[in-house]
Amino acid sequence: MATAALDFLPAPLRSLRLKTKQQELLLRVSALALIYVLAFAVRLFSVLRYESMIHEFDPYFNYRTTLFLSENGFSEFWNWFDSESWYPLGRVVGGTLFPGLMVTAALLHRLLRALSLAVHIREVCVLTAPFFAANTTLVAYAFGREIWDSGAGLVAAALIAIVPGYISRSVAGSYDNEGVAIFALLLTFYLFVRAVNTGSLAWALASAFGYFYMVSAWGGYVFIINLVPLYVLVLLVTGRYSQRLYVAYNCMYVLGMLLAMQIRFVGFQHVQSGEHMAAMGVFFLLQVFFFLDWVKYLLNDARLFKSFLRITLTCVITVGTLALVIGTASGYISPWTGRFYSLLDPTYAKDHIPIIASVSEHQPTAWSSFMFDFHILLFLFPAGLYFCFKRLSDATIFIVMYGLTSMYFAGVMVRLILVAAPAVCLISAIAASATIKNLTTLIRTKSKSPQVTSGKTTGSKAAAKGAVDQSLPFQHNAAIALLLGAFYLLSRYAIHCTWVTSEAYSSPSIVLAARGHNGGRVIFDDYREAYYWLRQNTPPDAKIMSWWDYGYQITAMGNRTVIVDNNTWNNTHIATVGRAMSSYEDEAYEIMQSLDVNYVLVVFGGVTGYSSDDINKFLWMVRIGGGVFPVIKEPDYLVNGEYRVDKGAAPKMLNCLMYKLCYYRFGELTTEYGKPPGYDRVRGVEIGNKDIKLEYLEEAYTTSNWIVRIYKVKPPKNRS
Amino acid sequence: MPPSFQTLATATVLLLLFTASAVSCASLPPEDGIRIVSAEKRIDLTGPIVKVYLTLKVENVAAASDASQVLLAFTPTEVQHLAIVKATRAEGKRKKKTYVPLAVEASDLATSAPNGANLYSVLLDAPLKPGETITLEVLYVLTHSLEPFPAEISQSESQLVYYRDSAVLLSPYHVLEQVTYIKMPSNRIESFTRVDPTSRAGTEVKYGTYSNQAPNSYLPILVHYENNRPFAVVEELVRKVEISHWGNVQITEHYKLRHGGARHKGVFSRLEFQSRPSISGASSFKNLLARLPPRVHSVYYRDEIGNISTSHLRIGSHKSELEIEPRYPLFGGWHCTFTIGYGLPLQDFLFESDDGRRFINLTFGCPLLDTVVDDLTIKVVLPEGSKNPQPIVPFATEKHLETSYSYLDVVGRTTVVLKKNNVVGEHNVPFQVYYEFNPIFMLAEPMMLTSAVLLFFVACIAYLHMDLSIGKSS
Repeated sequence: MATAALDFLPAPLRSLRLKTKQQELLLRVSALALIYVLAFAVRLFSVLRYESMIHEFDPYFNYRTTLFLSENGFSEFWNWFDSESWYPLGRVVGGTLFPGLMVTAALLHRLLRALSLAVHIREVCVLTAPFFAANTTLVAYAFGREIWDSGAGLVAAALIAIVPGYISRSVAGSYDNEGVAIFALLLTFYLFVRAVNTGSLAWALASAFGYFYMVSAWGGYVFIINLVPLYVLVLLVTGRYSQRLYVAYNCMYVLGMLLAMQIRFVGFQHVQSGEHMAAMGVFFLLQVFFFLDWVKYLLNDARLFKSFLRITLTCVITVGTLALVIGTASGYISPWTGRFYSLLDPTYAKDHIPIIASVSEHQPTAWSSFMFDFHILLFLFPAGLYFCFKRLSDATIFIVMYGLTSMYFAGVMVRLILVAAPAVCLISAIAASATIKNLTTLIRTKSKSPQVTSGKTTGSKAAAKGAVDQSLPFQHNAAIALLLGAFYLLSRYAIHCTWVTSEAYSSPSIVLAARGHNGGRVIFDDYREAYYWLRQNTPPDAKIMSWWDYGYQITAMGNRTVIVDNNTWNNTHIATVGRAMSSYEDEAYEIMQSLDVNYVLVVFGGVTGYSSDDINKFLWMVRIGGGVFPVIKEPDYLVNGEYRVDKGAAPKMLNCLMYKLCYYRFGELTTEYGKPPGYDRVRGVEIGNKDIKLEYLEEAYTTSNWIVRIYKVKPPKNRS
Repeated sequence: MPPSFQTLATATVLLLLFTASAVSCASLPPEDGIRIVSAEKRIDLTGPIVKVYLTLKVENVAAASDASQVLLAFTPTEVQHLAIVKATRAEGKRKKKTYVPLAVEASDLATSAPNGANLYSVLLDAPLKPGETITLEVLYVLTHSLEPFPAEISQSESQLVYYRDSAVLLSPYHVLEQVTYIKMPSNRIESFTRVDPTSRAGTEVKYGTYSNQAPNSYLPILVHYENNRPFAVVEELVRKVEISHWGNVQITEHYKLRHGGARHKGVFSRLEFQSRPSISGASSFKNLLARLPPRVHSVYYRDEIGNISTSHLRIGSHKSELEIEPRYPLFGGWHCTFTIGYGLPLQDFLFESDDGRRFINLTFGCPLLDTVVDDLTIKVVLPEGSKNPQPIVPFATEKHLETSYSYLDVVGRTTVVLKKNNVVGEHNVPFQVYYEFNPIFMLAEPMMLTSAVLLFFVACIAYLHMDLSIGKSS
């Protein structure tokens, strides 16, 4: 066929023409390369808008640890006891983090150094997430090819390259575990599906290593270790059990488990904690299944086998239940953690763990954010499910299950949209690819039909086509219209994604930007101003008390010891800080003295109108503090269930430490023209207590826009 | 001795000391029989750095011998803080005056001076014949010589400092007639020692005229006055100059800055600072000015935690000015570190000398105006493959060589390191580094990159043509 097509071309061009297969390969490789570059480049908005810097909160911890790792080496890092956080407890950093991200970045840095490229470790950290996002597109392509065809793979790669749900966590500077973990997650899934499809030990081994990388990178590995057994179970129930599955799962589980236990933070949890039990149960079930299969083959008698099956099943279930009950009762198997509960029951956190509920990214997802993060994929997703069910195979069952479960979790927690994004992209890619393929086939046959009918050899076939065409008279036009529609939708998607990336997800949140009166960009760099002031002008051993949100940033940028930070492992400690913030000054002073606090840092947006400040977070401090210390009661800070800061506010509110520190001398400042002094621009009210006197603290520094205020705790008075 | 001197001699202990030494050293041979006919000492105390201008009319009264040098004397404390001494010989009169720069060096006669006073000698370009007179203009700069008192001030107070010196010129020679002027930045002068005749006119205090001073006489005075000028002290400055023969000179400067004035104590109130900027934090400073060469490009200003957005750059044809604001206003005792980097066109700085060697012509010192640099390190990173570097600096510096590595370096770049303490604006003079460079080395890095890409493609081709499977492929 190819040579026939060549005959129509002039001679010089003919020699340049590639074979169809080569052409296709060339197209595919160049499309993939473009997608790869696109996925990387679209994530650089933040670097262009702001600068090459680390974003938000957790990434600062990761950056700090990476710096430590690259300076002191791996064994130092592994045994690192960090006395700069959680004063006076400290933190065993090596044993309480997922080291995958830091090790990855440090290795990349070392590799670049070995290639004599003198880049700073910061640049490596900033660009790690985009780099891995670009790699994810390659995995998505391979995955799509595995479950459908290479066309779907290409579309999946293109979709995942710019899907906002993924971009939100992988822009340049967002140096967080998720940036690497989504790559590892998809890679593990792909390798596992590949192992199931081929039954090859090599692929199963590869998927075990993929799983190991995932475990080392992110706590979300629990999703893998629950989804994979669930998938195996579904295959068993639907009668799709095969030797391939047996090989793939056993190898992946056993090796993956052994490898995962090498990560100190996971360790024996992997065989002891409730979240991992499903995988172990399915592992044993598979063995029983295999055993039964074997016995069935040996017995070769249906009646005998039935009774044998009954006895075995009863035994197995009894033994399994007993083991589980005894394990749980004796504490050998730890119960599910609060985080896990809150995933299964979205209302759980609200009632039991305020510290999880207080984080905005742990809130249930609103419809708008689904729309925002998925856009047209939300409509393509069900269509993709339909295509998957139409062509059911082991691989499509997997992607369907992945899609459905992750969609559920995405609904429970905003941040888990990230986990759903690859599945949604893959399934939508199947829908898009299959639809477009069908449409183009239609158009092609139609346009060829007059030509073909003139030929006599294929007359009968053409007649058959013609009969089909006659039944649907506007098929050709409709196909073109639908194709145009699909093209329109996909281009809208691209536009939406670019817009979302540049407008919503590329802000570092350390540096705030606003529009000035004359339309120019005003930069509020108060956070770094305050942190740098701390770094330069306080004693090196000073202890800073602040709400836990700022802990990582203070240790990373301010280089000072903090009482609590974003690793919220000790609820009591955080509650103590919450209690200090919500007590009267003299009571708070005692707490601060007992914690050796030298400076107190609060974030206050009343002057600039920056709304995520400590006054707005204050009720959470009261709740978390009150959860441990019943002295603190939430109603004391409310008036008729209403949270106010103006004259009508509760007296306890007006005199608690947080209020005093935020509004100290604010009553003398005119923030807005035509408003009385002491007008809070966030709450939109004039504050209720303008005459604030501080007895035990003094103002040490306030940033130029008043966003961060630092107070010094005075030493105790001499006894007279 | 004039009677006025005798009456005052009993006034201060130090004076006694010096008079005693002066008497005991009277037997010391007055250098070449030189005598200072008239001396004028102008002390400029308006800034954080003390600048002293001396105008000396020197006469050789010896019978026979020519004088080849004139000695200047400094007290041990002065020597510690002495940044630079410059001397010129004035010729002609009034408007037709021309100045001939003269070399100044530390004299080895130091041991012969009383009470550890150090001597510097001004080497005359032509020997001073007996009976002749010349006029010397001397400038010397003292750093860290203003002592804040009170040493700690709150935000609303302004900064008062002490300055200690002598009313008369400390000199190994007889001084016939001498006058001292002290210039202060504002009218607020708390106190000053009176050594009659002393008079004050506005911001200036005049000591003298004193006549017929014995050699090595010293009359300590103390001035206590207000000085709110920014006391910016660069504790450490590392300037790194990277030369690329592809057309760029990249300069990176790491500053470690401190406010060297009276320490800030108590609260810092942003409200006061914003609403009453003239009174509140008068001695603090918010910005600094750096003078950069013209045609500067790609300027950045950052610190360990990122970019600092508050800076302004004005590029002119003769000089560029970079106004930088640290993240926070600096109060007394506060620290701040930052980095400035910029690129310069190579052709403005790199030249070829007659013997075929290259030399780079750069400015020594610190581009920040009115600052003291306690510890300056300049690293000139020559291109890879440069040989025999030879720095030429007009004053004494500590020099050594090291190797540094940057992008795509294999053997490393030869780096000339120059170190100097106590650097002030007067040190911003050109210096050169000569080196040999073979242009073929410029091609090393492009060749490496090309061959890497080539290797990659070769590897791809090889991979595509390889069949690694064990079984038979269909």
